[in-house]
Amino acid sequence: MKFDIKQIPEYFSKLSNVGTIFKKELRSYFNSAVAYVVIVVFLAIVGWIYTSSMFLINIASLRLMFEWIPLVFLFVIPAITMRLLAEEKKAGTIELLTTKPLHDWEVVLGKFLAAWALVGFALLPTLIYYITVSSIGELDHGPVIGGYIGLLLMAGVYVSIGLLASSLTENQIVAFIVGLIMMFTFFMFDKVLIFVPEFMTSVIEYLGIDYHFSNIARGVIDTRDIVYFSTLLGFMLYLSVISLERRKW
Amino acid sequence: MAIAVRNLTKFYGLEKAVNEISFDVKTGEILGFLGPNGAGKTTTMKIITCYMPPSSGAVEVEGFDIAEHALDVRKKIGYLPEMNPLYLDMNVIEYLDYSARLHGLKNPLLRGRIKEMIEVCGIAEVRHKDIGELSKGYRQRVGLAQAMIHDPEVLILDEPTSGLDPNQIVEIRNLIKRLGRAKTVILSTHILSEVQATCDRVIIINEGSIVADGTLDQLQRDFRGSEKISIELHADVPNAMTDIYPKLKALPQIETVEYGGQEGSLHKFAIHTTKGSDIRADIFRCAVSENWVLLEISRKSTSLEEVFHKLTTN
Repeated sequence: MKFDIKQIPEYFSKLSNVGTIFKKELRSYFNSAVAYVVIVVFLAIVGWIYTSSMFLINIASLRLMFEWIPLVFLFVIPAITMRLLAEEKKAGTIELLTTKPLHDWEVVLGKFLAAWALVGFALLPTLIYYITVSSIGELDHGPVIGGYIGLLLMAGVYVSIGLLASSLTENQIVAFIVGLIMMFTFFMFDKVLIFVPEFMTSVIEYLGIDYHFSNIARGVIDTRDIVYFSTLLGFMLYLSVISLERRKW
Repeated sequence: MAIAVRNLTKFYGLEKAVNEISFDVKTGEILGFLGPNGAGKTTTMKIITCYMPPSSGAVEVEGFDIAEHALDVRKKIGYLPEMNPLYLDMNVIEYLDYSARLHGLKNPLLRGRIKEMIEVCGIAEVRHKDIGELSKGYRQRVGLAQAMIHDPEVLILDEPTSGLDPNQIVEIRNLIKRLGRAKTVILSTHILSEVQATCDRVIIINEGSIVADGTLDQLQRDFRGSEKISIELHADVPNAMTDIYPKLKALPQIETVEYGGQEGSLHKFAIHTTKGSDIRADIFRCAVSENWVLLEISRKSTSLEEVFHKLTTN
């Protein structure tokens, strides 16, 4: 991907292409059962975790929900992203798409935003739990807002990883598994610190996605965490564009 | 010149798929790209449409270089890839709308173009159906509608009739002919009659190289081998082999004469002459002087099938 400062205005006018792809992808999620299955599965798992635990600890908090959703993400997000590019490669429609007058990065960005938005849609109904809890008892709103921002950032990174996995193969199952493994790796970094030599712990910890998420979920929004999420996300999207351009090698 | 291809070469790994090919396509021409499967037709088309770059060589489409101005080139081209890939979960209108928007079309022009394409390609009755539910013939029409949606100067169609039944083939060919009137079209096929039915000019490609380039008549003329003349004559002679055969054999430019048998006093011969000659008048004069009654005389030159076969087998 060549980047030229002088072309920035042109890039902005190209955002309409991103919008077109975004709408098409989102519509195909909702036209097929994918979107509804994802939303229902998500809501069911989170609801079960929430109800089965809240009455046990008897504190008005969504802490448990924010602990569990990252785990649910690990399985739901690869399922959302696996088809994004793999399906187009398998069906050959990628050839149609990439011979239209648009850049490869527009394709990647449009698809990324659509899958990210779907995760956002799946998160929306969980606000029910937020509303019920805050009506039952005194709720500290800071961590909840932080938690949701953290979840969205984390979902963004996972979706970009899933998109990369989908760009590597034309087999959706492979895309799912590769995506899951990559996401799981980032998820596990800060959980294996006891096995890591001491001088490396801070580096490994910094790589862990859950570490940054829990920072934000505490209600503290730190630039270091934001930088982590945005660099990782940007890097994954960049790799996806490169991977899409592999046909030209 | 709508399309100019210069010394185009493409390697897949070590394998040379396209070897130094060069050709021009004039504006408004329908060019048939003919060759056996795996000859390099699809690769060439993928390069012209900027799907992948060549290993070396250059292509210009409507004055835009494919390497320098890929996006401008893509704007000028309507492309129907091999196997006609489509989004099966979209309905026809959604799909055309999507394609049109990716070509930068906006309302109200966009709505008008979709309407026009639906009409021209004859897909009005299926416009609200999912593409996955459509028959192959309709899918092909949708693919063509998609390729034409932005009114491109150049149409590139990779095997547009493969997998269709004979009626559908005729329909799609007529559609291409009608659409192609105002466009420059490159159409690939491995079916010869397709070229005869639709194209102004043909390029035959084999193992990555161009082996013939010209109009159908030119090719037939250039690659004509020996001419075959069949005659049937009435002659009261005791032995055809001694009384007729030597006299025919003595005519100019004869290569071989075959005796085809007799029925009573009716004799048949097949005469092969050298390339490009026509000795029917000589045969006639000979028959008159020998007092034979010439009942039939016909000249058959090499068919396009034979030309094609000769050029693409080694």
